[in-house]
Amino acid sequence: MSLLLLIPLLPLIGFAINGLAYPKLSKSIAGIVGTIPPLVAFVISLQLFLNFDGQTQIIQLADWIKVADLSIPFAFQIDALSIMMLLVITGVGTLIHLYSMGYMAHDAGFGKFFSFLNLFIFFMLILVLGANFTVLFIGWEGVGLCSYLLIGFWNQKNSYGDAARKAFIMNRIGDLGFLVGIFLLIQEFGTTDYQTIFSTIKDGTEVGNIGLIAFCLFIGAMGKSAQIPLFTWLPDAMAGPTPVSALIHAATMVTAGIYMVIRANALFELSPEVLHFVGWIGLATALLGAAIGLFQNDIKKVLAYSTVSQLGYMFMGLGASAYTASFFHVMTHAFFKALLFLGAGSVIHAMSDEQDIRKMGGLKSKMPITYLTFLLGTIAISGIPPFAGFFSKDEILAALYHHDFAMWCLAILGSALTSFYMFRVFILTFWGDFRGTEKQAHHLHESPWSMTIPLIILAVFSVGGGLINLPHFAGGNEFLAHWLAPILPEPHEVGEVSFFSLEMGAPLVAAFLPAIFAIYYFGIQKAVPGNDESVQGIQKVIYRKFYIDEIYDFVFVRPIQVLSTFFAQVIDFLVIDLIVEGVGKTVKTASDEIRKAQTGNVGYYIFMMVLSIALILVLTLRSRIL
Amino acid sequence: MAAIVKWENGIKHWATGISVIQLFALIYAGTEFDQSATSFQWKEELQWIQLPLGSLGEFVIKYSLGIDGLSFLLIALTGFISFLAIINSHSIQEKKGAYFSLVLLLNAALMGCFLSRDLFLFYVFFEFMLLPMYFLIGIWGGPRKNYASIKFFLYTLIGSLFILIVMLGISLAYIDPYETAKHLGLIQEGQNFDLEALKNIQTAIANKEIANYDLVHSFDMQALSDVNNCQTTSILHPNSGWLLNGMSARMWGFWLLFIGFAIKLPMVPLHTWLPDAHVEAPTPISVLLAGVLLKIGAYGWLRTAIPFFPKEALESANIMAALGAISIIYGAYNALAMSDLKKLVAYSSVSHMGFVLLGIASFHAEGWQGAIYQLVSHGILSSLLFLVVGVLYERTHDRQIDHYSGIATLMPRFTLISGIAIFASLGLPGFSGFIGEFFSLLGAFTSPYIHPAWAVLGAFGILLGAGYFLWTFQKVYLGKTQVFNSDWKLPDLNRLEIFSLFSLGILSILFGILPQLILDWSKYFVSNFLTTLH
Repeated sequence: MSLLLLIPLLPLIGFAINGLAYPKLSKSIAGIVGTIPPLVAFVISLQLFLNFDGQTQIIQLADWIKVADLSIPFAFQIDALSIMMLLVITGVGTLIHLYSMGYMAHDAGFGKFFSFLNLFIFFMLILVLGANFTVLFIGWEGVGLCSYLLIGFWNQKNSYGDAARKAFIMNRIGDLGFLVGIFLLIQEFGTTDYQTIFSTIKDGTEVGNIGLIAFCLFIGAMGKSAQIPLFTWLPDAMAGPTPVSALIHAATMVTAGIYMVIRANALFELSPEVLHFVGWIGLATALLGAAIGLFQNDIKKVLAYSTVSQLGYMFMGLGASAYTASFFHVMTHAFFKALLFLGAGSVIHAMSDEQDIRKMGGLKSKMPITYLTFLLGTIAISGIPPFAGFFSKDEILAALYHHDFAMWCLAILGSALTSFYMFRVFILTFWGDFRGTEKQAHHLHESPWSMTIPLIILAVFSVGGGLINLPHFAGGNEFLAHWLAPILPEPHEVGEVSFFSLEMGAPLVAAFLPAIFAIYYFGIQKAVPGNDESVQGIQKVIYRKFYIDEIYDFVFVRPIQVLSTFFAQVIDFLVIDLIVEGVGKTVKTASDEIRKAQTGNVGYYIFMMVLSIALILVLTLRSRIL
Repeated sequence: MAAIVKWENGIKHWATGISVIQLFALIYAGTEFDQSATSFQWKEELQWIQLPLGSLGEFVIKYSLGIDGLSFLLIALTGFISFLAIINSHSIQEKKGAYFSLVLLLNAALMGCFLSRDLFLFYVFFEFMLLPMYFLIGIWGGPRKNYASIKFFLYTLIGSLFILIVMLGISLAYIDPYETAKHLGLIQEGQNFDLEALKNIQTAIANKEIANYDLVHSFDMQALSDVNNCQTTSILHPNSGWLLNGMSARMWGFWLLFIGFAIKLPMVPLHTWLPDAHVEAPTPISVLLAGVLLKIGAYGWLRTAIPFFPKEALESANIMAALGAISIIYGAYNALAMSDLKKLVAYSSVSHMGFVLLGIASFHAEGWQGAIYQLVSHGILSSLLFLVVGVLYERTHDRQIDHYSGIATLMPRFTLISGIAIFASLGLPGFSGFIGEFFSLLGAFTSPYIHPAWAVLGAFGILLGAGYFLWTFQKVYLGKTQVFNSDWKLPDLNRLEIFSLFSLGILSILFGILPQLILDWSKYFVSNFLTTLH
């Protein structure tokens, strides 16, 4: 078990070395020091995976906190779910570290970057390894910190700092919900341990507030996994270096919300209305993200909205209790979205930091590896068989078909939008003629091996990732479903599907048709989106992201600013201090008046003295007589 | 003359030396302290004043000290923060002798406060803090020092007045059975007093078997915490039926004490002295003020207001919780509007001390442990934040947030420690701020005595905290490097600053990762107290 401890410990050590030695350590050493921890952690995870016997193991490291009757151990849980997450985090993490060695090679903050990346991996591992909600919460907030640090990595630019701050604060809104959820768990169960809580539920013990708990936990997931209404931070988070977008804002951190819901599936299963809510929020987010993605011209923004949308799909699956399908999509999405982001990074690297697809085009010949891998990623995300995305998305859709027909129809629509915007981006970037400047054209080159190797590996997984849970009708054995079965509720029976049914046919049409249309419109007609001013009408509303940022600013941010100024300038300064100073002034005025009695005239004093004695005498005698 | 000048230069070393000795004494005390003991340890008791008042009985005032877990945490904090304040006093160039004497006097008064077991003695120390503080702000302060020091003085004086009223009233009403027994010759000096003997004396007093002039009144906090010691004829007796504005005398007593100490905390709306005092005070005095002085407020509640009037306190739990939640939110809102770095930190203190009140109002073990933890954590973090502000102020004599931008490139080490201070203060797990806030809120949320809505409202303070801290961090440290005045020199931290700032930062991380280091100290105090309370 000591090997297991190394998994989170190694990235922590990497963080410490690179953090303390920065900037003295040379870039090549810093890169190696940063990349080895996730690599070794991956090897250990792989070994854990191969030797796993299906038994959940709890490794208690320390008592950590004991307060009154509440005890919170610092413990790790090894089970089917956490092992799968370990593989994704360390596997994709290693590739992205490797990629970063090339991508960040010219950056002055190289060592600092790797140190932050390692810290992120550490917290992400704590998040999935934790055996109770409190340890999960530590990882949860920790990855939020790393996300802040990495989005604002180039913090000289103020808008990047704004994006980082927005991400942290929006996540914190979700975290408040999560925190209240934890409080409720402690109130109802007296603990935050997964095992105790879930076995209490399974025993059929009556516990109150389950629905409220599930709802509060889901608020946390909304923040972390960028769901409506807390999604606007994710597109802005693209201010960070591209490897960060790939690792944190596509493959791992943003899927923490889905991980958490799957982890707490016992709670959610008992509250169908919350699950229903989860599903519809997911659907709305999927459609909104896809719609905004249609008209964006920044290559990373498109991918960001696509991530928002894909996360929506995962929540839709959860809403239909299709936990395996959602987790399957978490995994395949980690492959193809990381691939797409890294491909985009490769393009941006070659284009000297240009991100506007209107100024790209024709990169196919200059960057063959990037081109080919990006194409594979595009096909995978569009849901074209037999690529990975097809199987995972199809499984979610199949669950929806039997769960709620209306949701299924809308999900198919979202799927069609996805296919269109992805092919649009792909064609505008790689096909046609180059639309950039002379200088950029001169500089165009394929990226170094440290960047292309991760692309190739991820492309392989994007193509073949479906094998993890290949359905029976395609000759597979549904490995993932069997693997996760012990921690999930009994799956609903889904009948055999025929290839020619509506259920099977519609997703295929939704994948192919928009792709063909995009190829025709952007590839053959060579249409290029006009400049920002030419966008009009509804298209402008969508291009401007439905003005949601502006609405939030008006409804939430401004009132808070106004109220804070009001409190400071009016209540504190005018009301409270005026009263305080008023009391002071009154006392002073009164004492000025009373002081006048001190005349300095001895005769006057004696007179007052005699008068007082007489008064006291009278009063005393009166009380004696009565 | 020359000798005086030389002595003035050396005085800082003297003061440092004394505070180092104090630190060693504290470390020794910490190792010898028995955490599992239920009563005070290392008691020291001397008769101080004996005042026979004929038919009113006899008054006894004792010089009585002792420590338990709660006291120890706070004296350890006082010792460490005083040490840091003294070594960071290099900006003080005038009247050094007077300055360091006053700082040490303040240190003595604080220690006395946290150690006293006699209410009168406590009050004397409590009042004694006023004097050095008034002069430290009034002489070495900034441009509006007169306004700030008088405001501080008057606010605190009014609080003291309330405390004085209750102190006199309650000692008149209560009879100390132990002292009475001693007076009657039933037990000898230093002899133990078992529960049965105590009951016997109490019954004898209640049945008026003991002559009036033999009754002994004292200010012993333990005696005052037992309602059975109250004379039946007094309006403070639970059955007296005396009402004023619908409130019993005991309720009045509780609220007068509560408000007296709430001014020190400070609780909204009694907080407006704090920002002014902080802005005008020199850095080390701000550090002492925020790091230690504010803790007296909560300490006073835990030692006097609540144990003296437990039933009344429990009945008022909801109002207390509301005031706590309002302090959290109101303080945070005000911090958002500040343009002066020091005022921002001052208002963040108001917000963070609100968590203490909320935790105490829960009357629940988690909440109390959290509140006491938060006292220590805030002591560390507010000291760190004020030192951070001091680092900038010393270099530029300017605290306007918008006069700075992007100083991260100029002062990378300073940026690192400021980042730690800010994330610790906004309650990120792994830092001490998280544990204090988490358990205060948890206690308030799960407590049967208060409505959970107050905890939820308080939790929004965490969100607002992230707002103003990150905004400030971005404005001052991040962005394009640009400062208001191009003549400003902004060298990175020197060795003394690195030591002071990082030792606090490391403590915050240490206590955040191993919270039991603090929680174990307060464990027995809290569990004993709450069992007797309920």
